[in-house]
Amino acid sequence: MLLYIAKRTALGVIIVLLAVALLFCMIHLIPGDPARILLGPRATPELIAAMSARLGLDLPFPVQIMRFFANLLRGDLGMDVITNRPVVEIVVGQLPYTLWLIFLAILFAGLIGIPLGCYSALHRNTLFDRISGFVSVSFITTPSFVVALYALLIFAVALKWFPAVGAGDRGDFLDQAVHLVLPVFSIGLAWIGYLARLVRASMLEVMEESHIRTARAFGLAERRIIYHYALKLAILPTVSVIGVGMGFLLSSALLTEIVFARPGIGKLIYDSVITRNYPVVMGSVLVSTVLFVVSTTVSDLINAWLDPRTRATL
Amino acid sequence: MIAVLRLVIKEPTGLFGLVLVTFIVCSALFAAVLAPYDPVALNITDRLQSPSLSHLLGTDQLGRDLFSRVLYGGQVALGVALTAIGIALVCGIVLGMLAGFGPKWLDKAILLFFDTIRSFPTVMFALATVALVGPSLQTVIAVIIVTTIPTYGRVVRTQTLSIKSNEFIKAEQVMGAKTARILIMHILPNIFGPLMILASMDIPTVIALEAGLSFLGMGVKPPTPSWGSILNDGFSLIRVTPWPIIAGSIPLILITLGFTYLGESLRDFVDPKLRKNF
Amino acid sequence: MTEPLLAIRDLSVDYRIERGRLQALRHVNIDVPKGSIVGVVGESGCGKSTLISSIIRLLPHNASISNGQINFEGANLLDLSENEMRSIRGRRISVVYQDPMTSLNPVLSIEQQMRHIQYRDTTRRSAKLEKSLAMLESVGIADSRKRITQFPHEYSGGMLQRVSIAMALQAKPSLLIADEPTTALDATLEVQIIHLLKDIQAQFGCTILFISHHLGVIAELCDYVVVMYAGEVVEKGTVRDVFHRPAHPYTTKLLQCDPAGIQIKTRILPVIPGEIPDLVNLSGGCIFRSRCHLAESACETEIPPRREVAPGHAANCHRLPI
Repeated sequence: MLLYIAKRTALGVIIVLLAVALLFCMIHLIPGDPARILLGPRATPELIAAMSARLGLDLPFPVQIMRFFANLLRGDLGMDVITNRPVVEIVVGQLPYTLWLIFLAILFAGLIGIPLGCYSALHRNTLFDRISGFVSVSFITTPSFVVALYALLIFAVALKWFPAVGAGDRGDFLDQAVHLVLPVFSIGLAWIGYLARLVRASMLEVMEESHIRTARAFGLAERRIIYHYALKLAILPTVSVIGVGMGFLLSSALLTEIVFARPGIGKLIYDSVITRNYPVVMGSVLVSTVLFVVSTTVSDLINAWLDPRTRATL
Repeated sequence: MIAVLRLVIKEPTGLFGLVLVTFIVCSALFAAVLAPYDPVALNITDRLQSPSLSHLLGTDQLGRDLFSRVLYGGQVALGVALTAIGIALVCGIVLGMLAGFGPKWLDKAILLFFDTIRSFPTVMFALATVALVGPSLQTVIAVIIVTTIPTYGRVVRTQTLSIKSNEFIKAEQVMGAKTARILIMHILPNIFGPLMILASMDIPTVIALEAGLSFLGMGVKPPTPSWGSILNDGFSLIRVTPWPIIAGSIPLILITLGFTYLGESLRDFVDPKLRKNF
Repeated sequence: MTEPLLAIRDLSVDYRIERGRLQALRHVNIDVPKGSIVGVVGESGCGKSTLISSIIRLLPHNASISNGQINFEGANLLDLSENEMRSIRGRRISVVYQDPMTSLNPVLSIEQQMRHIQYRDTTRRSAKLEKSLAMLESVGIADSRKRITQFPHEYSGGMLQRVSIAMALQAKPSLLIADEPTTALDATLEVQIIHLLKDIQAQFGCTILFISHHLGVIAELCDYVVVMYAGEVVEKGTVRDVFHRPAHPYTTKLLQCDPAGIQIKTRILPVIPGEIPDLVNLSGGCIFRSRCHLAESACETEIPPRREVAPGHAANCHRLPI
């Protein structure tokens, strides 16, 4: 078990390091001077040179990358060129908004999608199953920002049931919750479809396995067989899918945050791209990449632990 | 090919997908014939109109006909999707075969590279790239290529490995056939089917990605119409008129739905076990 | 003769499949006397599994029982409600399935699974645990207190089959159905399981319906044998009668093909040429005729009736003297 955790974590760390290095190389190998981009087309050469020096871009490449990693180890992601605040501080300030959004979206999707998939599997090929299958595919294929636009259009602009923009007053829990409804719905909708289809498929598979027949032959109640014997197995794949889907979730969170003008890491990246504030862009892309790698690693570990077959061999 | 089509349309969902895809592809292809107006022509007197017989989907804030813009937007969406997936396929095949057929260290290195690429959340990676090189359709295509290579590469690698262990390949190797020959003669035809299915199932994802990036203003430059930029116009006009959002989203939803159903029926027909991992 | 514990009368089972109606079992009659071990033998596809599923009424959805009775302890199982049937499963009749590795739930410990099947008892959790431990000991699992907390994949195949047997016997059923319980095991384990079943039968006094395609095992373990072919019973009798004086050509051929019974050293194992006939489009006549070297004109048109060749030994073949 310990060996597996160590190996899996090591792989995660290696991937993060490579991803950071790749991102760093991209900055420096792609033609175009970050300082020039930052300052815009009308900048004078002196200004550009000054900015380059400030960002350390005038140093030789190997020195730059060493410095970058050294700073990273100290938790230093550089300085915001506009407000002159540390990037780490800004990113950490925005992160909770995005994390809550993603967590609640998955919770919402799981609470609806898993029972839906389970019910469809047990009533396979009925009208309900067909309708739920079609609805699931439609949910999956509709991009989250389109859902967000419609949610905004219908529930905020036309019906005025929910607020359109922002995250609500800090400290006012109810206000924040009300502001979360539409964004959570927009991100979660596709996941209802994913989870329903996934659980349906794995439930159908599990119900065909011969240990289910054994359980029936012992006269166990059908309810117990479904919830205790089958669903427990059928739900295992969802953990890894949510882990792998974290990248997807972060991407849809970004678009949704922009549609609802919500603070969060996505909005931060977007705003910094617009203002060409590239240390903030890099810092927040880096943090979200780390988040993604951590979540796939953790979900792999959870998955291995949940299944006694792998738990023992770890 | 005809046989495949026949099997696809036997399933109601496959037929549904095929009809949707054909419908949208044709309307994009023949946009020049079908579009009643120039998609970029301004007509300030007719701006922000609701749908009518002269403007089927209404007009935007500059009086441009939304129906014509949607038709031309289809060209952008399909063009980006096909170009990006085509190039990504080629790169994926090459890298996947190298990993599958090459020495073990190369295999590990390529796999690690794939894992690294996959560790970036796509839209954020795209924004980072745009921050460096500026927004353009080429940037979008490049980002899509880079982020989809691992999907194909992994499939090609797995298939190559399994075919490599086949007896007939081993026999050829013993007989001294060149590796390149084996790859092209035996492995390529074997992995072609599964790859095409994967690619067709990726088209909706890629189209949605392009729309998302154009929505953020990171893709096509105005005034070129794209479904994403139409949606962006709609977003800024959301308190004024719902029509640009409706106009931009309908083709987007229909085509992703169509390609998904088409891809799934193809997949079920070729290999029920090949599941797309996203 | 006293009333048998299980009496299957004229049982016919069909499956609805795309091509039509697959007649998996046709007019099957089997008696299982109380306290005996009855073996059912036949090639794969002869309807053995359908037979078991019919007895415990867990047939797939596309199957239907078109005819017959299954009388067990004075009641026709086919007349019982689903709830009544459920109270028989695992308590009066239990089943040990073929592959222990797949027939137990992989994510529940043995302890949990053994406790769940005692759900009808109102005893406390600790009492149930003690009972489970005692059962495991009785099937020869040492260190049961530690092993009971383990999961199926931590057991070897033979040990796990012992667990399955312990689970099946936990409620002291009057009928134990063993569905090829040794097929997934290697030969030495097979012998151990056979001995275990024999001991259990002596110890608990239960009746066993033993399904196998392996004649040697049947000869070793059973009192009576039923030979099935393509959904029909073709011969039945005591093990001694059937093995020494087979009356049906199919039984004769089966005995010739059994590696354990082959006396002369040969490089090629004999097989019965031909395949099981299509059970969807059945024409009249003897079901075995296409593979029978003795087939004559009557076999083409008339279904052979059952004929007694000795008291308690019967076979369905035209060539037998009336």
